[in-house]
Amino acid sequence: MNLAYRDIKHNLLRFVLTNFGLSLLLGIVIMITGVYGGMIDDALRQARAANADLWVVEAGTNGPFAEASRIPGDTRELVSRVYGVERAGSVTYQSVQTNLNDKPLRLFLIGFEPGRPGGPRKLSDGREILRGHYEMIVDRSAGLTLGQEVPLGTHGHKFTVVGLMRNEVTSSGDPVGYITLRDAQILQFESAPPAARRELARGGGLETNDQINAVIAKLSPFVPVNEVAAALSRWKHLSALTQDQQETLLSKFVIELARKQQFLIMVLLVIVSAVIIALIIYTLTMDKVRSIATLKFVGAPDRTIVGLIVQQALSMGIFGYFVGLALVLIFKPYFPRRLVLDPESVGIVFVITVVICLLASTLGIRLALKVDPAEALASSG
Amino acid sequence: MAETSKQAVVRVEHLSKHFGQGTARVVALRDIDMDVYPGQVVGLMGPSGSGKTTLLHCIACILQPSSGRITLDGEVVYDGRWLKTDLRRLRLDKIGFIFQYPNLLPFLDGSDNVAVAMHLAGIGAAAARARAIELLDYLEVGHRKHAMPAQLSGGEAQRVAIARALANRPRIILADEPTAPLDSARARIVMDLLRRIAVDQKAAIIVVTHDEMILDRFDHIFHLRDGRLEINDPERPHRAEKAAVA
Repeated sequence: MNLAYRDIKHNLLRFVLTNFGLSLLLGIVIMITGVYGGMIDDALRQARAANADLWVVEAGTNGPFAEASRIPGDTRELVSRVYGVERAGSVTYQSVQTNLNDKPLRLFLIGFEPGRPGGPRKLSDGREILRGHYEMIVDRSAGLTLGQEVPLGTHGHKFTVVGLMRNEVTSSGDPVGYITLRDAQILQFESAPPAARRELARGGGLETNDQINAVIAKLSPFVPVNEVAAALSRWKHLSALTQDQQETLLSKFVIELARKQQFLIMVLLVIVSAVIIALIIYTLTMDKVRSIATLKFVGAPDRTIVGLIVQQALSMGIFGYFVGLALVLIFKPYFPRRLVLDPESVGIVFVITVVICLLASTLGIRLALKVDPAEALASSG
Repeated sequence: MAETSKQAVVRVEHLSKHFGQGTARVVALRDIDMDVYPGQVVGLMGPSGSGKTTLLHCIACILQPSSGRITLDGEVVYDGRWLKTDLRRLRLDKIGFIFQYPNLLPFLDGSDNVAVAMHLAGIGAAAARARAIELLDYLEVGHRKHAMPAQLSGGEAQRVAIARALANRPRIILADEPTAPLDSARARIVMDLLRRIAVDQKAAIIVVTHDEMILDRFDHIFHLRDGRLEINDPERPHRAEKAAVA
């Protein structure tokens, strides 16, 4: 005879309503886990999208994501000639904001050389960039459609969306867009007409725009990465970072503060959940004090009473967890940020939920074990 | 004497109980002696605060006496200290308790409220259920076996509570004001039921009561005042002892 199940069945509506509230709370914990996972994944995707073995950047910098890096546009030719480098491509990175249909649109633009490393990994729709100018591939989260024109830069150049990608966003949630390197350089260095006129008037304006942020190198599998990195670093104006170093910079330093903040929110939510679960279990136990006293009086051992409370706490936690998870999965597509719920982190939240329920039930267990069997006689005077 | 010809199921000797120490010391029971025999239904009466509930708790092994000796079903369970380590098991096996209010578990139906006592004693689900139904039929509430406590009338609920007290065939049944929430007709029915159980199951039944209307249902009445056994009711014949001698 399972007393916990019978009690739940008897108070089914209360159980369902209490659990619905709990599932919303646990759903938020799962959602924050997804935001946390998404933030790290997005940050790493930026680096992984380039599919690089080595990142050649400005000497003394941790570019191009952690720090600004600016190197001459012809660096790619230099890098290509180094022993062990099979292919190389120049890239630029910049954030832009434009207005589309009277709504602000933020994009993280990557300038690349079509046919060389650094371009988009996989398209979900449309085609690659074929023309030299004003074509763009963008992540679906930007809300753009194929063929749509997007004005970019101080001169309002209209870029046509020719390809769409999935899940390519930055760690801050901005959709990623790919344009040709030439267009990216123009967008980055082109001054607005009044500013350009002023620059010409003071005798400037002849600076070259042929600058890039990094060169991405693909190496031969038969040459050690460190040897090539050392060879590249002999040029005093360049530094070479391996893919692992770049990923470490992104996941550990670039998003460190945001990561800590998300982690803190997660910890606080877990604590709040623990307190709420403990209070619910305590209240449910309070409601059963007389039944517990009667059970003790007729000879129920402590393990029966403890079992009753622990089983109810676990039923509540597990039920709340799965309903919360289901809610998150249902509403995930409507969430403004990408949620990454990998099985490991979802499993960890489940284990934390079970541990919280067990810890929270100790409050109810303490109360139940303190109940004097004589309380069953309380009204007999 | 009749008392010695048959062994008492409940024997209390020189039992005392006090609460607190020094100036705060309150003596609840003083040197109580009582014997209750199989088949006997005895009443425990006295004004509020006389110690009758304390005595019942001591016999039920939920309150430790200060001194004296308690023998239940031939086994000394207290002699200056508890001699049994598992009092819970002792209660489960030897004692059935009927509360003033039925105290049925609100989340179990009638038969499960009876079966739960057997379940706790380790009896299998099918056997427990069969005996629960048998007991409910015996107490004439078998037709209400699937009813939840909230759906039972006061009398029906008390009968289910009595069935629970009988579930593990206890030799001792302690009842604390079992007729208090019932009208006089139902109170008499419950007392007749207890008498039938005492005779059928050779059980000793101790009933704490204030109810003057049921005095004629007792074989023997113990009066308590200020923790002392005041009257050992010499006028009331010990029916069970007589029956045993006969």
